Amino acid sequence: MPEQPTTTAGALILIIEDELPIRRFLRATLSSHGYRIAEAATASDGLRQAAALQPDIIMLDLGLPDRDGLDVAQQLRSWSTTPMIVLSARGQESDKIAALDAGADDYLTKPFGTGELLARIRVMLRRAAQATRTDSGDPVIRVGDLRIDLALRQVWRAEAEIHLTPIQYNLLRALARNLGKVMTHKQLLREAWGTGYEEDSQYVRVYMSQLRHKLEADPARPRYLVTEPGVGYRLREEPPPTT
Amino acid sequence: MTDSRPDPDSLLAQVNEAVGSRAYGRLKIFFGAAAGVGKTYSMLQAAHERKAEGIDVVAGYVEPHERKETEALLDGLEQLPPRISDYRGVKLREFHLDAALARKPQLILIDELAHTNSPDSRHTKRWQDVEELLAAGIDVYTTVNVQHIESLNDVVAQITGITVRETVPDTIVEQADEIELIDLPPNELLQRLHEGKIYSANQVAQAAQGFFRKGNLIALRELALRRTADRVDQQMLHYRRDHAIATPWPATMRLVVGVSTNPAALHLVRAARRIAAALRAEWVVAYVETPTERQRSAAQREQVIQTLRLAEQLGAQTVTLNGERAADALLLYARERNANKIIVGKSDRPRWSKLLFGSTVDSLLQQGSVFDIYVLSGDAGEQTPLPIAPFTTSSTLSEYGWSIAAVAVCTIVAWVISPYVDLANSIMIYLLGVIAIATRGGRGPSIMMVILSVAAFDFFFVPPRFTFAVEGLHYLLTFAVMFVVGLVISSLTVRRQEQVQAARIRERRTAALYALSRELVSVGGLEQLLPVAVHNIYHTFESQVIIFLPVSSGRLQTWGSVSGWMNSINPQSIYAPSTADQGVAQWVFEHKTMAGLGTGTLPGADALYLPLVASERGVGVLGVRPARRQRLTPEQIHLLETFANQTALALARAQLAEDAQRTQVQVATERLRNSLLSSVSHDLRTPLTIITGATSSLLETGQELDPEARAELAQTAYDEAVRMNRLVANLLDMTRIESGAIQVKKEWQPLEEVIGVAIARLEANNGLVQHPLHVDLPDDLPLVPIDAMLIEQVLVNLIDNAVNHTPPGTPISISGSVTDSAVKLAIADRGPGFPAGSEQRIFDKFYRAEPGRTRGVGLGLTICRAMINAHGGQIWAEPNPGGGAIMSLTLPIDGAAPRLSITE
Repeated sequence: MPEQPTTTAGALILIIEDELPIRRFLRATLSSHGYRIAEAATASDGLRQAAALQPDIIMLDLGLPDRDGLDVAQQLRSWSTTPMIVLSARGQESDKIAALDAGADDYLTKPFGTGELLARIRVMLRRAAQATRTDSGDPVIRVGDLRIDLALRQVWRAEAEIHLTPIQYNLLRALARNLGKVMTHKQLLREAWGTGYEEDSQYVRVYMSQLRHKLEADPARPRYLVTEPGVGYRLREEPPPTT
Repeated sequence: MTDSRPDPDSLLAQVNEAVGSRAYGRLKIFFGAAAGVGKTYSMLQAAHERKAEGIDVVAGYVEPHERKETEALLDGLEQLPPRISDYRGVKLREFHLDAALARKPQLILIDELAHTNSPDSRHTKRWQDVEELLAAGIDVYTTVNVQHIESLNDVVAQITGITVRETVPDTIVEQADEIELIDLPPNELLQRLHEGKIYSANQVAQAAQGFFRKGNLIALRELALRRTADRVDQQMLHYRRDHAIATPWPATMRLVVGVSTNPAALHLVRAARRIAAALRAEWVVAYVETPTERQRSAAQREQVIQTLRLAEQLGAQTVTLNGERAADALLLYARERNANKIIVGKSDRPRWSKLLFGSTVDSLLQQGSVFDIYVLSGDAGEQTPLPIAPFTTSSTLSEYGWSIAAVAVCTIVAWVISPYVDLANSIMIYLLGVIAIATRGGRGPSIMMVILSVAAFDFFFVPPRFTFAVEGLHYLLTFAVMFVVGLVISSLTVRRQEQVQAARIRERRTAALYALSRELVSVGGLEQLLPVAVHNIYHTFESQVIIFLPVSSGRLQTWGSVSGWMNSINPQSIYAPSTADQGVAQWVFEHKTMAGLGTGTLPGADALYLPLVASERGVGVLGVRPARRQRLTPEQIHLLETFANQTALALARAQLAEDAQRTQVQVATERLRNSLLSSVSHDLRTPLTIITGATSSLLETGQELDPEARAELAQTAYDEAVRMNRLVANLLDMTRIESGAIQVKKEWQPLEEVIGVAIARLEANNGLVQHPLHVDLPDDLPLVPIDAMLIEQVLVNLIDNAVNHTPPGTPISISGSVTDSAVKLAIADRGPGFPAGSEQRIFDKFYRAEPGRTRGVGLGLTICRAMINAHGGQIWAEPNPGGGAIMSLTLPIDGAAPRLSITE
C-alpha cells in the first residue's frame, strides 16, 4: 500500500545499537531507501542524540552494554513522543512486552529481514503523520478486502457485512485504530473490556479466534489478524495476496 | 618345620615394614638401667652430631634435672617452647605436640618416653605423642629406663620393691629402629649420685637408701643388658631371614592366655608377654565370661577391661569367650585357633572350694592333654582382691519378697497335707518352691529360699513343733541333706537360666549385626544408609550416635545437620558433639585410630570415636556416646568396630556407586559434547561457506554478473542464513533443555493460533513454497493448556522436517482430533517415509536418517520429544498408510478450560 512514500523520504532515524555490523546493515539498507541516519553505540550517547537531533524514529536495541534497554525506553518516553521500535532476540518476549508497556511502539525480532524493517518504519511514520493532523482522519479503514467503518460500527468483507458481537467489534476496532502496529494482550484487554481484566490474556485469544473464524478465509493461516507470539496481535497493514 | 626360603607372607610383611618405616619417622631409643646413666646426655650429643650433618634438629622436650653438663649441651639446639598446662591450679610443663607437628623438623628430641601427660593433653602418655610424631614422618630420639618397660614392670617391682606406674608398651620399644644402650657400671653410677650429678644433694641420701642400692642397680643393669641382647638376637634372626639363611625355625606358635577378674591377671598378662616374646609366638588373651563371672561387680568388670587393654597394648589379640566353664571354653578356643600352649594363673581359691567345685587348672590338665599348660603363680603382690559383688546386684528386693511368700505358701501346703503324709514329703514341697524361685528369682533369692525352707521345716514340722529346737540328732542330717539338695537344685536351675540368658544376649548381638548388614545391603545412597546405621547402633549399644563425613577439604562435618536425613531418624538416637569432640573426631579421621571416652587417646571426650575405614581409606568417623559416660566393655567395642566396619564398607560402596555414576554421566556428557562439536562445526561451517562464497562473489564481481545470477547468489546466501538461524535456535533450545532451564509456562491456548504462527514463521523464510500445506482442524477444537512458544517450536521443527525429507511438490497435511482428555495433532507427508525400524531412534540426539543427504544436526526431533514430554504428552512416528510418514503428538487437557465469565 505505497501511498505515502514520498512524504517519508528524508525522515531522520536514530539507531541506538552497540553492534557495529548491525548498525552498518541498518545504515546501508535505510539510507538506500532515502532515510537519514544517526547512530549511537551506547545508551547515554543515544539519549543525548535523541534530545539534540529530535529524530523522527528511534530504533533501540534492548541489549545495550551500559544501561538496561528498558530504562532507556522509559526515560525516552518520559520526555519524547518520538515513535520507538525496539530490537531484541527471540526468547525475550517478556522484555518486549515490558518495552511496549514502557512506551515503545513496536518491536523487531533479530534476525529480521529488510521487508519487515521497512514495513515497521512506514507504519510508524504514517501514524506520526496522522497524529499531527488535527482531525481524526477517515473513519473508514480499509485493509485488503476488509472495510471497517468506525463511525457506523460496521465491518465488511468483500461486499458482505460481517456481524460481530460488541467485544469482537471492540477488539477489531482497537487493532484497526493501530493499524500495522502490535497490540499487547494487556492493551487489547483494556480497549475491549476496560480496566480490571488486564491479566486474563486467554479472553483475548478466544475472541481473536472467533474474529478469525468470521474474517479470515483460513483461520489457521490468517492474512489480516496476525499473532505476535508471546506478545499480542497485529492487524496487518499490507496483507499478502491470497494464495 | 624348617624354612630354607622366606615365605611370601613374611617377605611382604617385611616390605611393608620397610615401606612403613620410610613413610614413618625413625625412632631411636637411648636405653638405660637407671636414672643418671647419661641417656639424655648421649641423646643431646647425638643430636649435635646430626645437626652438624645438616639435619634439622629440634629439642622437643628435654628434662634438664638441673644437671650442668646436660644443660650445656642444650645450647645451640633449637628448643620447642613447652606447653604450660594448668591442672587444678598447678602449672605443668608439657611437651607441645601441636607445635612440634607444625614445626615439623626432621628430627625431634623427646626425653622420658614413659612420662604421663597432664589430663588436658591429647594423649594420656607421652609415647602416644611420639607415635603421632613418627606417623607424621618426623624422626624421634627418646630416652627410656628399663624399669619403665611394661613387661618388665613386675620384675623390676620384685627387685626394687618399688612399683613403677609410668610404663611404655613393649611394642613401641620393639618397633624402634635403633636402640642404644647407655651403660654405666653401678659403682660409677653411685659415685655420680654422690657427686650430686643426678639429684640435688638433699635427695641423694634418700635415693641411695631406696632405689639406688647397689644390688638394685646390678639387677637393673642386668635386665637392661639382657633386654638389649634379646633385641640384638632378634635383629640377628631378622638378618638371617632377610638373607634366607637356613636355620632351625620354630613353627608359628600361638599362646592362649586365660584371664579372669582376678587382679593378678595383670601380672599374668605381663608374664605371658615375656613368654610369647621369648618364644616369638602369637598370643591371644581370652576372658571367659562364665555365669559366675557375670555376677561380678562393676569394679571387677572394670578390672577385666584393664587387663584386656593392657594385653592389647602389649601386642596381644584379645577375645571374650562365653562358656559354662572356663576350662572348656579355653580348650575349645585353643583348638579352634590351633594354639599349642595355654597359660593360666594359679587360683587363689581355698583348697576345699577347688575340691568341691573343681578348678580351671585341674580341668585343663585333665582334658587338655595335647596342649602345654603353663600355670603361673598368682602373685598379686600388695594388691588386694576386689570384693565379690553383693547378691543384690542382679536380684531386686521384690524377688526376695517372692522367696518369703513362696516359703509361706509351701508351709501352708505342707501343713495342710501333713496329717496324711510322711514328714519327708513336706521336704519335697519346699524343694518344689526352691525350683520355682530359682527359675524366676536368681541366685540370691533361691539361696534365701533354701535357708528359709530349712528353718520353716524345722520350726513347723520337726518335733518339738514351733521351736527351732531339735529332738533327735538324725534331724540334723535331714536338715543338711535338705540344705545341700536345695542349694544344688537352685544352683543348677539358676545356672541354666543364666545360660539361656547368655545365649539370648549372644543371639541378640549376632542378630543385631545381621540386621545391620542386611539393612545396609538393602538400601542405597548415603541418605538412606546413614539412618540405618544410626538406628542399629543406637539400639544395640543403647548409646547416642553421630556420624561425621569428610567434605572436600578433608574437614569433617556432622552429617545430617544439612541434608535432611535427620527427619527420618529418631532425634533421641543422635547427639550434637561439642567443639572439643569435633576436634577428637577430626583427629580420629586423620589418624584412622579409635580415640575418646574409654581409650588412651583424648579420654576426656564425651564419646568414643571410631574411624570408618574401608580399603584403607577413611570415609568418616562414628561417634558413640553411652548414657552417663559409661565405658563400653572391650567386647562391646569389638562389636562396635564390626558395626563401624560394616557401615564404612556400605558407605564406601555408596560413594563408589555415586562416583561411578558421576563418571558415567561425565563420559556420556563428554561423548555428547564431542558429537555435538563435530556435528555443529560441520553444520555451521557449511552454510557459512556458502554465505561467504556468495557474498564475496557479489562484492568482488557483482558488477560483471547479470542481474539473474546476482539475485541467485543473494537468495542462496539468504537461505543459508535462515537455515543457520534455525540451527542455532535448536542448539540453544537443546542447551536450555539439558540444563533444565526450560520452564513450561502453560496457558490455555487455541491450537489453531499456534499452528498459524508456526506456519507463518516458515512462510516468512520461504520454507513452504515448494510444498502445498493443508490444515484440517475440527471447529470444536478446545483450548489446550500449553506453553505456546514451545509448542510453536515443536510444530516448526516437525513441518520443517517434513519439508526437508520429502521431494518438492509433495503435499504436507496437518490434522487434529479431540479425545476426552487430550488433543492429537498429526503431521503427515508423502515422502519416502522413515527407514524401517528407525521410528524410535529418530528421536535420539544427533540421529540423522541419511547423514549424507539431509542437513541438520539431528536435534529437531529430540527437542520436540523433550518439549512434548514436558507437557505430559507423547510424540511418535508411524508410516503413512498411503506412503510417507506421520508424526503424531498428543497434548493432555488437564483441568477445565477457563470459562469466559464476561458476558456481552
